[in-house]
Amino acid sequence: MTTRYFGAPIRRNEDARLLSGQALFVDDVELPGMLYAAFLRSNVAHARIRSIDVTAARAREGVVAVYTAADLGDYWAPGPLLVPPPPIADIIFNQRTQVPLAKDKVRHVGEPLAVVLAQSRYLAEDALADIAVDLDTLPAVVDLENALTDASALVHDGVRGNVAAHVRQSRGNYAAARTRAEHVIARRFRYDHGASSPIETRGIVANWDARANQLTIWDTTQAPVFLRNGLAGMLGLSERQVRVIAPFVGGGFGPKIMLFYPEEVVIPWVAMKLNRPIKWIEDRLEHFFATTQERGQTHDAEIALDHSGRILGVKDVFLHDTGAYNPYGLTVPINSQCTLLGPYVIPNYDSTFTAIFTNKPIVTPYRGAGRQHGVFVIERLLDIAAHELKIDRVEIRRRNLIPPDAFPYNNEIIYQDFAPLSYDSGNYEPILDKALEMIGYDRFIAEEQPRLRAQGRHVGIGIACYVEGTGIGPYEGAKVQVQANGKVSVATGIGTQGQGHFTSFAQIVADQLGVEVRDVDIVTGDTDQFYWGAGTFASRGAVVAGNAVNEAAKVVRQKILKLAAEHFECAEDDLEITNGEVSVVGVPGQAVKLGALALKANPMRGAVRPGTEPGLESTQYFGPPGGATAAGVHAMIVEVDPQTFTLEVCKYVVVHDCGTVINPLILAGQIHGGVAQGIGNAFYEQLIFDDDGQLLNASLADYLLPTALDVPRMEVAHTVTPSPLNPLGIKGAGEAGAIPVGPLFAQAIEDALGLLAQNIELNEIPLSPNRLFELTAKPATS
Amino acid sequence: MTADTHDISVTVNGTPYRRSVEARLLLSDFLRHDLLLAGTHVGCEHGVCGACTVIFDGVPVRSCLMFTAQADGHTIETVEGLAPDREHLHPLQEAMRDCHGLQCGYCTPGILMTMQAFLAETPAPDEAQIREALSGNLCRCTGYQHIVEAMKLAAERLRR
Amino acid sequence: MKPAPFRYVAARTLEQALQVKAEYGDDARFLAGGQSLVPTMNFRLAQPSVLIDINPLTKLAGVRTSAPDNVRIGALTRYGKLERDPATARELPLIHEALPHIAHPQIRNRGTIGGNLAHADPASEVPAIVLALAGKLRAQSVRRERWIAASDFFVGALTTVLEPDEMLMEVELPVAQPRSGACFLEVSRRRGDFAIVGVACTVGLDEAGRCRAARIGLCNAGEMPIFAAAASESLVGRQIGKPEIDEAADLVRRAIDPGGSIHASKEFQCHLAGVLTARALYTANERARRDR
Repeated sequence: MTTRYFGAPIRRNEDARLLSGQALFVDDVELPGMLYAAFLRSNVAHARIRSIDVTAARAREGVVAVYTAADLGDYWAPGPLLVPPPPIADIIFNQRTQVPLAKDKVRHVGEPLAVVLAQSRYLAEDALADIAVDLDTLPAVVDLENALTDASALVHDGVRGNVAAHVRQSRGNYAAARTRAEHVIARRFRYDHGASSPIETRGIVANWDARANQLTIWDTTQAPVFLRNGLAGMLGLSERQVRVIAPFVGGGFGPKIMLFYPEEVVIPWVAMKLNRPIKWIEDRLEHFFATTQERGQTHDAEIALDHSGRILGVKDVFLHDTGAYNPYGLTVPINSQCTLLGPYVIPNYDSTFTAIFTNKPIVTPYRGAGRQHGVFVIERLLDIAAHELKIDRVEIRRRNLIPPDAFPYNNEIIYQDFAPLSYDSGNYEPILDKALEMIGYDRFIAEEQPRLRAQGRHVGIGIACYVEGTGIGPYEGAKVQVQANGKVSVATGIGTQGQGHFTSFAQIVADQLGVEVRDVDIVTGDTDQFYWGAGTFASRGAVVAGNAVNEAAKVVRQKILKLAAEHFECAEDDLEITNGEVSVVGVPGQAVKLGALALKANPMRGAVRPGTEPGLESTQYFGPPGGATAAGVHAMIVEVDPQTFTLEVCKYVVVHDCGTVINPLILAGQIHGGVAQGIGNAFYEQLIFDDDGQLLNASLADYLLPTALDVPRMEVAHTVTPSPLNPLGIKGAGEAGAIPVGPLFAQAIEDALGLLAQNIELNEIPLSPNRLFELTAKPATS
Repeated sequence: MTADTHDISVTVNGTPYRRSVEARLLLSDFLRHDLLLAGTHVGCEHGVCGACTVIFDGVPVRSCLMFTAQADGHTIETVEGLAPDREHLHPLQEAMRDCHGLQCGYCTPGILMTMQAFLAETPAPDEAQIREALSGNLCRCTGYQHIVEAMKLAAERLRR
Repeated sequence: MKPAPFRYVAARTLEQALQVKAEYGDDARFLAGGQSLVPTMNFRLAQPSVLIDINPLTKLAGVRTSAPDNVRIGALTRYGKLERDPATARELPLIHEALPHIAHPQIRNRGTIGGNLAHADPASEVPAIVLALAGKLRAQSVRRERWIAASDFFVGALTTVLEPDEMLMEVELPVAQPRSGACFLEVSRRRGDFAIVGVACTVGLDEAGRCRAARIGLCNAGEMPIFAAAASESLVGRQIGKPEIDEAADLVRRAIDPGGSIHASKEFQCHLAGVLTARALYTANERARRDR
């Protein structure tokens, strides 16, 4: 195939509609007779429900119905476990999943208690105030260490110590390695991640057409196919009766792939019960509680090194806050556990975590999905080791990088895709070197930093490395079809939340089939258009769906050539496809348009040979044997005001290796967006819960998303080590930008303020001016 | 209490409308669900994210912080009125497309309206000015860099 | 997040607006810019029965000279208007310097100075500036009209001495004088956020370069805007140099009792108040010296 479009910064097909306000988002769906839902949510974190009285609410003018758990009858059930625990020996796992409406107990602020359906959202919210709820407040489980004690309240009756899971994975023999070590460094680290906060919150419109016997659901989901399957099952419908459409979605970032949210389960049921279209749009206040988020882990980690700073082993014991329920299994802490190993040779590893139920919203993956936490630990341990061993922090990393001839590199422990953590390909030193060159590391350390310091300025530099397991299975599929008008239609089962699938997939097809990118239309996120698929998550869209698109396009190409060869009575090798037509090489004037071939392939009358498939169409699936491991290095120069502790990022560099690049512009956008979220995570965003489990900053005024003045200019470069696990050689990139920013900030700020020399370490994220003041104001020895 | 309704006349993208609206109906909801101009998006309803920004009597404002009744007798422009016709885009829209200044596109209409007004007042801005003008619009996808590039390109093209 | 129902009255005249307010008292709120009020209504934290929209009363906006050395700013004057008016930088340098910190352009296009002052958020910039400038505020009701000194106006968090039937009409501020300098500084988490602490100060010098007058105001240093009297006084009659500035900063730190918040402990706020006071005084003094 000629590569005209693959690798080119093609402008996006979807942009004209988005730019002119013509793209359909869920809240844009207007249906006659539609009713609007508002959920009554618990305003306490932990309570037994004595009673809920909806009589007054039902009587309010404009209210059509009010339902509680009791009204759902047999339909009420805890949601399914989306991700079972991986096959790890001696694992403890206590499954407790969310319910459609709270019955007996509420377990986090914001948990839904009742739903009101009214003529408008305004009226529905009015009716919420009419509902009388009698709650017996219980002590809230908030602190992770306290949660484990016998004195703690229990989020779930019978789950001792609030233990949702206990997992130990190891490689080699850490205890033995430790005895050989010249240096052992042990520290406690705290890493907090936050709320994804897409600018579009969640939303659902459900329309039950009783005469057509069809249920149509518009949902901001990242996983329309599995949503369709699950809801059909719950509602007693055939999968074919249910259509889930994820139209344009205003940002996903992970929490929109959580499935069977209470609202997702309730709204379609209401639609069928009332025989009216129902709309529920989450407002921003609800988003802080009703949509899943990530939160904190506490790590007690230690690293054993030889005299030259080579890692002999790492041991880590951590607590993970999973929130009130654990429908997503152990994906987040397993990612933390696995990604800690990073791009380094760590022959001995002993990692144990306890996932703990708390009276806070549910934790499921948010961009990075727990990798940040692990990367923070190893990068900080290396920084502290570098300081103690008096080795340059870049040098200590360099000495421990996995060498390029060691791939596939098997870390042995189990990853989130249930397979042993194996890095398919990688070449890490050139990434590091390129980042150092771009940030001007040597010159900065030798010249610029001393010069600026002499002027009284506090500037520092940071370097952080990471790997990212991407492109995992199980599979995705795609259908490619040449239409009679010569344009190509493609459908795939994943959804799109801004990643540019409509364009990057079109580029793949355009190259295979010799058409213009703008002549390829892509449909994603509509279960009527494509039946099978897992969804957009874990940086897998381009890898898995992209490869499926490629496979399908390849088959269609073969069909085109075969048919054209018959048409021209020549060999397939004599043909080429360009500009939407097939021509005989070297014979001008002998050409047939793809559209004409498509018509030929689908005759209205006549007989065809046995085994002929109509049209120029193919559906193919791609399932990688394992994840493809991307890697990267971020570097940053920062200036800190030593009195106000505000900071300015002077320079930010990303060098990323995600294998073969489909569209560099789209890729850069993904990196930029990831870094911006990483900066939010490192220095601005924190969900602040009090001891009663109340969220103190549930608004965008106080939950601080970075603005254009807080995100610096970023320089992005690439190296390419193709993945051997898929024909296109691509690896995922969606989360990479977000992963190493925490340790990068910690390291660079320590450097800027000379903290290590004062025995002050930054072993927590997020940081903030206030936190830096607190950490530096105390005397060094206390 | 029966709803307090008011008759209003408002011009949106050059078209006059007469409607009867409840006092508390937010302007953002009126534009989206009464006039079916759904290009203006709602992100927070407390005036922080900027997704709902429209032009009101010539200046950008948060439509989620205005009641429709207040708009009686006033003029509003939304993203639907930006492009000159169905075949063409406004230079700002083109620049955003050329520079990959949008990913999910949800915050984009608010940014377009904000920056259209900004570039009209400051036709040759530097990057710092662009970022400052942009700081009242939150984007979660792009990290802002391509938006800034798009604004520089748009400014240049508008000056030509 | 939709507001609770209310009755909406679009004021046709000032008299009508005052009449309705007198009738409903605290159950009615004036709707000016709405940039503080409407978010609280959308959160249903505020549920007024009546909203009196005073935006049609365009005569309440505008800046006019009030001889010999003052300006009067109508309560309905939008921050955006002040931002675009070249006179602001010249006559009201503290406001000019604070404006880029007040929320964002879209908010400033609607937000009014009167609304901001009446709302009296302790973290708000302009109340602190009005206090630092010893401004005067005019209130009017069906019963009477009165002038209130800024030092009497703010009495607590979100609380002013405005009575339930009163509307804030205008604020009178002194214009910048020759041989004076002003500086406004704040630290916030992001540009446009409420200040963690902000300092507004003016310094006036005599012919010998000694401080003739100094006024230091702070926002978010307590339940209401603060005028740092002792610190301000400490500078009068002296040549302002580092020791004098440090002493004033120290007096400020010791005079204030900030409340702390999720974004900053009170210790950090005190620390920042000292840092910003020192920096602002230094700059104000330099500007005064240059302004001959």
